[in-house]
Amino acid sequence: MKSIAYMNPYLAGFILGLVLLGTIYVTGRGLGASGAVKSVALSTIAEVAPDHTANTSYLKEYSETHDGPLKDWLVWEVIGVIIGAFFSGVLAKRVGLQIEHGPKINNSLRIGTAILGGLLFGLGSQLGRGCTSGSALSGMAVMSFGGIITMLAIFGSAYAFAYFFRNLWLK
Amino acid sequence: MGPLVPFIFSNEFSLVVALISGIGFGFALEQAGFSSTKKLVGLFYGYDFTVLKVFFTAGVSAMIGVLLLAHFGFLDISLIYVNPTFLWAALVGGAIMGLGFVIGGFCPGTSICAASIGKIDGLAFVFGSALGVIIFAEAYPFFKDIYLAENWGPVLINEQLGMSKLTFAFVLTAIAFIAFYLTHKIENKVNNRQFNFSKKKLIVYGSGISLAFILLILISITPSKNEMIAKRIQDPEIQQKTIFNEIDSDALAFEIANNYYKINVIDVRTPEAYKAYHLPMAINIPFKDLGKREWHKIFTQNLKTNYFYADEESLVKSTYLWAEYLGKSDNYILTDNSDKFKQQFSTNIKMPNGDSKHELDIYKYRKGLTDKMEVLTEALKNLSAPIKVKVVKIKGGCS
Repeated sequence: MKSIAYMNPYLAGFILGLVLLGTIYVTGRGLGASGAVKSVALSTIAEVAPDHTANTSYLKEYSETHDGPLKDWLVWEVIGVIIGAFFSGVLAKRVGLQIEHGPKINNSLRIGTAILGGLLFGLGSQLGRGCTSGSALSGMAVMSFGGIITMLAIFGSAYAFAYFFRNLWLK
Repeated sequence: MGPLVPFIFSNEFSLVVALISGIGFGFALEQAGFSSTKKLVGLFYGYDFTVLKVFFTAGVSAMIGVLLLAHFGFLDISLIYVNPTFLWAALVGGAIMGLGFVIGGFCPGTSICAASIGKIDGLAFVFGSALGVIIFAEAYPFFKDIYLAENWGPVLINEQLGMSKLTFAFVLTAIAFIAFYLTHKIENKVNNRQFNFSKKKLIVYGSGISLAFILLILISITPSKNEMIAKRIQDPEIQQKTIFNEIDSDALAFEIANNYYKINVIDVRTPEAYKAYHLPMAINIPFKDLGKREWHKIFTQNLKTNYFYADEESLVKSTYLWAEYLGKSDNYILTDNSDKFKQQFSTNIKMPNGDSKHELDIYKYRKGLTDKMEVLTEALKNLSAPIKVKVVKIKGGCS
């Protein structure tokens, strides 16, 4: 089964821009992703280890100021992302269990690096108050200085480190 | 006028919007190929610049769209969430994210897309990012100093660069198109190919580029809706032609004393002037704040009559026109200025010396109303203020 080619990047970007614009028009805020992971992760901790949450100032403050994942805007948005991406994958015949990795590495190394990369990204997104979606993309649309320098820092650092990790990706 | 939440849609309903936005977001990301880690990291090795193309196109289209909506008065730009700038946290956080990007091959949004279509490495990345969030929360005291340092608030990039929003939009759009052209060249070189666009594609791209600049030029040469309204309501010719509902101090005092629950007395002077003296029961909406969202209801409701006053005739007339422009409320202007009202209805007005019946009647009338208004002001001190529509701070971003 051959999958259907990806959409023209400019068209996809334009559609994405319209989605972002529509979101800003209706809700006054942009899109995001890492905040949803945060909401689920920290609420889970609050649920599993209430004593620990009460003793850790950051967790305590978060659970007091947030209503939990089911009332979180970003969590619902990410549920939508899952639906939308799955729908698109079905249309383009791209759905199926798979691990994608560079030619020089094996599956377990790929999973390990994915977890490590995710860990760094998750950590960095908390420090930087948002990830590529919430800070960089949405920030650009509203001309936020912080959003745009975060974007420059993300891509600048990725380019700077790319050489050292080329064996993960290239032939 | 947008944003529609929370003024037209409730905050609960915004969760439905979230779901719909998310579907569009996920669909666009997946269609663009962001569910494939190889396509994403191609950006860093020069063989595939899809990320840059999609990202820049999306950012620039949304930015121009925001400017366009604001220009034509569909979107109140002052209410939109702008990510605050914490300089060091943004730079160091961004650098850590970049490292995570090149090691893990995803960012949070794209990893969720990848996991949605069955990519196990995408799921692993999502799991990792949850761990990262937890580590940050647990080790917060360690990060705290850098997290909170250099808080600049929600500053805008155009302010930082000392240019107007529109100039910045022109610059960014131009940068985007130059970047598209250069990355196309780089892709050709790295992939050892000689790929050129078909004529049809060139026409489509050319029109896209032209459209972006035409919209920006349109914004820069046409007056914005606010400018147009401001010009109209301050135009002396229009002020002369309009027939205003007018009221004098005596009649207004009667309304205040007897029908206070059916009227709004609105002082459009500066807060300082209002503080120094204002009519009984009057509220202060400085002329320059008329457009603020919290006052919108006063001008669109049709249950209470609005009485405007100021010390200059042109100011009060402009306000009247503005209120008429917005619609439904019944409006009047006070023909006297606040000083005259103050003289006529001060607690120490003197009984006339002469024996003119007419003057005595006026005195009695004014004295009666003054006393009544004073009692009312005292009694309703806390009730007379109109219920302000609370301007809810819109929360956004990823944190």
